[in-house]
Amino acid sequence: MPPVGTVRTTCAYCGVGCGVSATPQADGTVAIAGDKLHPANLGRLCVKGSALGETVSLDGRLLYPQVREADGLRRVSWDVALDQMAAKWRAVIDEHGPDAVALYVSGQLLTEDYYVANKLMKGYVGSANIDTNSRLCMSSAVAGYKRAFGEDLVPLCYDDLELADMVVLVGSNTAWCHPILFQRILKAKEARPNMKLVVIDPRRTATCELADLHLPIKSGTDVWLFNGLLSYLSRIGAVAPDFVLEHTNGFDAALAAASIDCADPAAVAKVCRIDPALLLEFYEAFAATAKTITAYSMGVNQSSAGTDKVNAIINCHLIGGRIGQPGMGPFSITGQPNAMGGREVGGLANMLAAHMDLERADHRDVVQTFWDSPAMADKGGLKAVDLFQAIEDGKVKAVWVMATNPIVSLPDADQARRALAKCELVVASDIMQNTDTNAYAHVLLPALGWGEKDGTVTNSERRISRQRAFLPAPGEALGDWKIISLFAQRMGYAGFDFPDAAAVFDEHARLSGFRNHAEDIPRAFDMSGLAGLSGDAYQELEPVQWPARRDAAGVIHSEARLFADRRFAHGDGKARFIATATRAPANAVCEDYPLTLNTGRVRDQWHTMTRTGKSHTLADHISESFVDIHPQDALLHGVREGELARISSAWGAMVARVQHGGGIARGSVFIPIHWNGQTSSDARVGALVNPVVDPVSGEPEFKHTPVRIDQFRVNWHSFILSRTEVNLDSVAHWTRIQGKAFARYELAGRNNIGDFGAWARALLGVADLDADWLEYEDKTAGVYRAVHVVDDRIEQCIFLSPRQDMPSRAWLASLFAKDQLSEIDRVGLLVGMPVEKGADTGPTVCSCFGVGRNTICNAIVEQNLETVAQVTACLKAGGNCGSCVPEIKKILVHTRAELAAG
Amino acid sequence: MNTSEAPPARQALVVIGNGMAGMRTVEELHKLAPDLYDITVFGAEPHGNYNRILLSPVLAGEKSMDDIMLNTREWYVQHGITLHAGDPVEHIDRKKRIVRARSGLEVRYDRLLIATGSKPFIIPVPGHQLRGVLAFRDIQDVETMLAMARNHRHAVVIGGGLLGLEAANGLQRQGMSVTVVHVGDALMNQQLDKPAALLLQKALEAKGLQFLMNAHTAEITGTDRVTGVRFKDGTEIPADLVVMTAGVRPNIELAKAAGLHCDRAIVVDDTLQTYDPRIYAVGECVQHRSATFGLVAPIWDQARVCGAHLAGAGVRRYVQQTSPTRLKVTGVDLYSVGDFIGGEGSEDLVLRDARRGVYKRLVLKDNRVTGAVLYGDVKDGPWYFGLIQNRTDISAIRQNLLFGEALSARAA
Repeated sequence: MPPVGTVRTTCAYCGVGCGVSATPQADGTVAIAGDKLHPANLGRLCVKGSALGETVSLDGRLLYPQVREADGLRRVSWDVALDQMAAKWRAVIDEHGPDAVALYVSGQLLTEDYYVANKLMKGYVGSANIDTNSRLCMSSAVAGYKRAFGEDLVPLCYDDLELADMVVLVGSNTAWCHPILFQRILKAKEARPNMKLVVIDPRRTATCELADLHLPIKSGTDVWLFNGLLSYLSRIGAVAPDFVLEHTNGFDAALAAASIDCADPAAVAKVCRIDPALLLEFYEAFAATAKTITAYSMGVNQSSAGTDKVNAIINCHLIGGRIGQPGMGPFSITGQPNAMGGREVGGLANMLAAHMDLERADHRDVVQTFWDSPAMADKGGLKAVDLFQAIEDGKVKAVWVMATNPIVSLPDADQARRALAKCELVVASDIMQNTDTNAYAHVLLPALGWGEKDGTVTNSERRISRQRAFLPAPGEALGDWKIISLFAQRMGYAGFDFPDAAAVFDEHARLSGFRNHAEDIPRAFDMSGLAGLSGDAYQELEPVQWPARRDAAGVIHSEARLFADRRFAHGDGKARFIATATRAPANAVCEDYPLTLNTGRVRDQWHTMTRTGKSHTLADHISESFVDIHPQDALLHGVREGELARISSAWGAMVARVQHGGGIARGSVFIPIHWNGQTSSDARVGALVNPVVDPVSGEPEFKHTPVRIDQFRVNWHSFILSRTEVNLDSVAHWTRIQGKAFARYELAGRNNIGDFGAWARALLGVADLDADWLEYEDKTAGVYRAVHVVDDRIEQCIFLSPRQDMPSRAWLASLFAKDQLSEIDRVGLLVGMPVEKGADTGPTVCSCFGVGRNTICNAIVEQNLETVAQVTACLKAGGNCGSCVPEIKKILVHTRAELAAG
Repeated sequence: MNTSEAPPARQALVVIGNGMAGMRTVEELHKLAPDLYDITVFGAEPHGNYNRILLSPVLAGEKSMDDIMLNTREWYVQHGITLHAGDPVEHIDRKKRIVRARSGLEVRYDRLLIATGSKPFIIPVPGHQLRGVLAFRDIQDVETMLAMARNHRHAVVIGGGLLGLEAANGLQRQGMSVTVVHVGDALMNQQLDKPAALLLQKALEAKGLQFLMNAHTAEITGTDRVTGVRFKDGTEIPADLVVMTAGVRPNIELAKAAGLHCDRAIVVDDTLQTYDPRIYAVGECVQHRSATFGLVAPIWDQARVCGAHLAGAGVRRYVQQTSPTRLKVTGVDLYSVGDFIGGEGSEDLVLRDARRGVYKRLVLKDNRVTGAVLYGDVKDGPWYFGLIQNRTDISAIRQNLLFGEALSARAA
């Protein structure tokens, strides 16, 4: 049973990791508030977090294990599903070796889930073929930190953002993607107006609106910019020579590499396509501000030079020794709620566990000894993009996808689809029944979702927080750690008999401290202080940053920021400058694909929308996928704002609505990542993205794909609001948008519709000819509107036009909140807008001329009319057939009597 | 001061027909030249002038005879008009310019106005002359029906047009069980398209009327008075009263006998003058540019033009215009005007709300409204009628046109 009352937990979304207070209500809803005691957010929540309560319904949930058979999915018991999986895995491993199976997991998993998954693959199956969607998100940041510091270490904490004198946001639309951090920065800036905010982003995003300086550099030129900065800092002497000498290696090589083509700011400005004065302003400000934080996200990481970008940034901090002190340092802000937890347990194919390395025999020995496991992977496994290539090539024959949707989110996503279609066994653990990926799964396993599952997550500042359950487990869903453990046990592996999540956490904490001494295998990642917690203590665990060690007295010591002692994790204790030679994105624009595609998030959606897509509140901000393009490019390529366009690359194509005003520079387009086969007919931007990866991190280049854009000509536009699901198989283009008590569909088609009424009834599934069905038809103009009413309540409506000149959806949407339509509402239904009562003319007296009683009375009084003839002369009433003349006479007598009575 | 001079001898105007068309013409004439003529009016019915259109509400019990009187006998006296009610004219001597009534009374005219209206068409099936077979034309018919309704049960109305439905509704309101017999498959096919006709039929069925569609009357049965109606397919239904509402024929025997040029009706020019320059004609007995008339609106227009010419102030020309039709059945709102069928080159706007009982259809041609059928919500009928008459280009308001004047104004 879930606990009652208010439960403190952690948000399901981004890497800020805000504390959330969830209070289940008697009516089944959940009241959501920010947790005032959580250090990440201190009670604040962004719009996505605030709407979490709207996402916990069981609509569309995957509730039972299912197995695909010839005629579709069949519900089975856990035993049957797991036995079937285990038999196949054993057969594949026996015949093809352990590298023929793989896990593809997710930053949505809790640390406990992640830990067990990693343990299964690396210690028992004996393969490192476990990778995660975090590969797509921040693996370049990991690789950059490891190269510079010797371990994946975020040196600073959120408080530093408030202590800095300058915050440089690189490739990060923080205002939309990490709203609470952005609010903290803004608040600090409000208190100290001298604090500088610099944004480096090819797009003029919402984040730029409050920046002191925006450098709209050309996509992919970050290394030029920061190499230029390194060179500049060196030249003007903004250097900490002692720090560089005593605590770093590689400075000369890095400076030499930077100086090849970035020594001249004017040349750098030209490559970056920005005003040289702007560039120098930034360089000067950076040189002059000791307490500077450079924070970066996907704009840096998702690049074929992502790791070099990270190191180019870190180099600029090392040269001035700007690290390890309050208010300064290079700060990777992660995208997912538990990307960091995944890094800690070794959830990437090139990591082991607890920040140890696969390649090092001594590290492998530590882990294998601790696990007492029968096998141990000894080389890196397949990273995400390579993994799906290997699946398509038939090298990997069984894949288990957990809590992620690779057919939507991977680059060259159609390749991922081909891969899964060919794979012998695809297992998907998910919370939703229908996803693009589940369509290719042979086995579906129901997992617990946010609010139901229980464990820990780590945010971008190394802070471990509890995610706690406050809802009962629905159907037969289980926690991911439990599912993996059950599977491992069926595979015959010992070491998976965890009684609960706390036991997993305890093992993870103990491993982090195992042989973690200066004289043995020292690691900065150490949360051994959290080992040995009682069940209650785990349940009550307050947010805590690692390292977290216990002193002799048993008191836990946690570190807010690292490297204060200027000791780094490389063997010699020094940090490393990395020489970052400039290189352009792998695929350049060309005649066929003349525009650069940039992808990213919108403010109110998350990933592939399985959760945020359920919220009507979040649907209002941006309801359809779009392609943002500069108006001059639109003109050049023959597309128009508000209309549909087909965007294609050498890898795939999609359709989205053209918009301007997203702050895009000429030569680029921007498309959001969220829409997929469940929410739209053809809006998976992943299909277009080039499958190029960074050579070090393996992170794909999501921010730079050459594309073209063409008009997507349609014959008609339509929208539907419906309480029930609509069959859209026959529609060329559609997007589904969640509303309150209904779903909205925006449609467009290329076919010629013969019989509008029959078409609409088929779409809405209204076969009953006696249904309460209102319709309006202007056949030659191609305009049709129909409303289906059931028991005086609006059930569905559909509007069709050859142009996009249809009424606003807002008023119609509001009618879905009513249990009964009023008469005046009903009149307005087909108009699509409210019909104002207006001046009430009263009941009709003269039908020939449509004159009402009130109109006649008013005329009699105002114009002092005395005879029927005068009334007729004035209002026409009574002037045709004369049948109302007697009535007009009566009205005259009555009204004049009233007048006389005064 | 000179009062001895006698007034000049006035010209004589004789009006044949004491109905709405003739008397409206006299009223129009009076507005312009009250003293120009000595006026004599002959009427076949023994009443003053009444509003024939309102016989339906009288039959339905919604209005009394007093309510529908337009010009009482006192009015004739006050206006110095000689009225011979119940004494129809039987002969016109155009050479002598004299009319002779059934009573033998002869009156000379300088100007003659023929407004003899029309006669109901009685289908000449066997039995059509039996007692209990009536038309629905005048006060006498209504009084007969009201009397029969008091002690008879079964009424059959032959003809599902406007008049037939009003008669059926009235008889039903008077307590009779009424069956409407119609040869076509849709009621009011002169005024409604099929969907509207079906809605109307449903609504009237809900009120208790029964319908036999596609039914061809073979015989009216009975020996002395009517007892039933038999159809070509052999079926028979009981009837104590049969009302024939299968159309009207212009009443032109008198004019024909006088040698006036007639076609289907008395042929008049744009001033309502017949081929005899001293003789004018108005109303349902005239044929103007090959059209004949049955609705009141064009007749009012004719009266205005004819009155002006009789007054000697005649510059007006009669121009035919579409006129709207409505059905006077309480609780049924129906409005139809113009070319509501459409066809090649025309476009349709259609709105259906069956539950609310609303159907609207506009026919457009070259961005102009040419016809409208409104059922259930007719308040914008006159507006559409205006758009038709003014040939208004509706391109700019097309989107909301069918939703009415208020919304169209808002959208434009």
